[in-house]
Amino acid sequence: MRILVLSKSVPDLVEELALDEDSGELLHDDMTYVPSEWDDHALEEALLLKDEVGAEVTVLAVDTGDVDNMLFTALAKGADHAVKLTGDFDLATSNRKRAQAIANYLRDNPFDLVLSGVQAIDDIDGQIPAMVAGLLEWPHASVVTEVSIQGDQIHFRQEYGGGLQAELAAQTPLVLGIQAARKPPRYASVAKVRQMMKSSTVDEVDASADAVPELEIRRFFKPVAAGHAEMIEGEPDEVADRIITILKERKLVRG
Amino acid sequence: MGSILVVTEILGGNISDTSRELLSKARELSQTLGAEVVAVGFGSESAQALARIDADRAIAVTGQAVEQYLPLAYERSLLQVMEQESPQLTMIANTTMGLDLGAGVAATRGISLAAYCNGLAVEGDEIIAQSQVFAGKLLAEAVLPSEGAVVTILPGSFPASEVEGHPTVTTVDAVSAPGMSLIQVLEPEKGDVDITRADILVSVGRGIQDPENLTLADELADAIGGVVSCSRPVVDAGWLPKARQVGKSGQTVKPKLYLALGISGAPEHLQGMKDADLIIAANTDESASIMDVAHYGTTVDILDLMPALTERLRGE
Repeated sequence: MRILVLSKSVPDLVEELALDEDSGELLHDDMTYVPSEWDDHALEEALLLKDEVGAEVTVLAVDTGDVDNMLFTALAKGADHAVKLTGDFDLATSNRKRAQAIANYLRDNPFDLVLSGVQAIDDIDGQIPAMVAGLLEWPHASVVTEVSIQGDQIHFRQEYGGGLQAELAAQTPLVLGIQAARKPPRYASVAKVRQMMKSSTVDEVDASADAVPELEIRRFFKPVAAGHAEMIEGEPDEVADRIITILKERKLVRG
Repeated sequence: MGSILVVTEILGGNISDTSRELLSKARELSQTLGAEVVAVGFGSESAQALARIDADRAIAVTGQAVEQYLPLAYERSLLQVMEQESPQLTMIANTTMGLDLGAGVAATRGISLAAYCNGLAVEGDEIIAQSQVFAGKLLAEAVLPSEGAVVTILPGSFPASEVEGHPTVTTVDAVSAPGMSLIQVLEPEKGDVDITRADILVSVGRGIQDPENLTLADELADAIGGVVSCSRPVVDAGWLPKARQVGKSGQTVKPKLYLALGISGAPEHLQGMKDADLIIAANTDESASIMDVAHYGTTVDILDLMPALTERLRGE
């Protein structure tokens, strides 16, 4: 079983998003990028399958200029190979263009199963796994958990609203958008990642993508909140006193 | 005349509320654009359900392949309908079905998609889509191309259509897709407690940091007479069972008091709790989205706040 895991980096929401409020453009170079957390779950699910049945795991990223550390981290966690798709890409490259490059790569390099995070925080023009599947006309499912290999079939769960789930079976090749791995994503120490940088290589594959339909984004802007919480200031004890008073006023606690 | 294709979800013989939201917006857009509203539904119950909605025409896709939800058969069947209709705009709710179908059909057909859409407007002869990105921290406006685009729409973005209509319903055969099959439907896990019935929820998020800190939440819930619930990351980390999860893929709750502790307020979470009577949020980031729906907020550390509250409640 050959598994390809798609990974991408996204702006770190712990920091303020860099936006030119006059032009409505995102300032990609002024933001810190971190691996998309759903992709971390996809990698973890792939590594769990490798642990269980000995799958060969390749992790792939489109070369937007900041992906080496992410790929070596995946190798340090247990991925067998790392691939970087090079070409005319940068942090502003659309998901659609990335999906086209990945689909082109998959046409030349056969895999049985492609796992990716079900979504990323910045995929305004569509989610990459579904688009890769759509371009290749491969079967695909999103919001997936609990993947297992059963003979020549893949079994998995799909989540719907309200806690409802279904167990599905599918033939390969198959693309799955992972919601959450069965276990929290494993950790690779900085030392181990550094060691990987010395002992392993990232395969660079030229993947100049064809022209794709690009979504014409007119502007980004901050939402005007309909309301905002009345902030309670002070030390924890003062805040706790005020909250208790509010709860008493509303008869939510006795007193 | 162009058309707006609305992909509906039918549950237990009824059109879902979210589908009705899409229909009301489609009707509004159609009047400005002079387009007709065409609804598509799947399964043997769809023809009857579609016959009563506010659309100009409806297409019921029927056959064994779509009798139960299967992403592949639905996608292939929707592609067939889009091939025949060539709609100017295709609207799909951003549910699991929307995540399955939206980006996939857009890619296969070579057309654009705007995801996480919560607003649609006509300007001149162009349709402008507003999308919510970066966990609700930014909005984006996109100009949709006139040759047919797909939008996936966040539930709750538009009022639900209450209008009863009489569209002409045609039935088409589903495209069979043997590559994917259903093994079984799994009903929601029954937890030790039903968080949808609790009057007070002590809800914890990523800010709880460590599973050992859950004791503080348990003690607070015990002292206040509430139940501990949580946001998605806490479930994904394996710290609390799925039955405790509030939000889109968990439970929708409407308690008298919702204490949001260390929860940033991703759109999927807000969808499940924003209608609580009283929301008090503690998050170190005052600009976190949870503060936009909370009535009261504080930026003190929840690991200090929880024991301080418990102490006061116990002392009464």
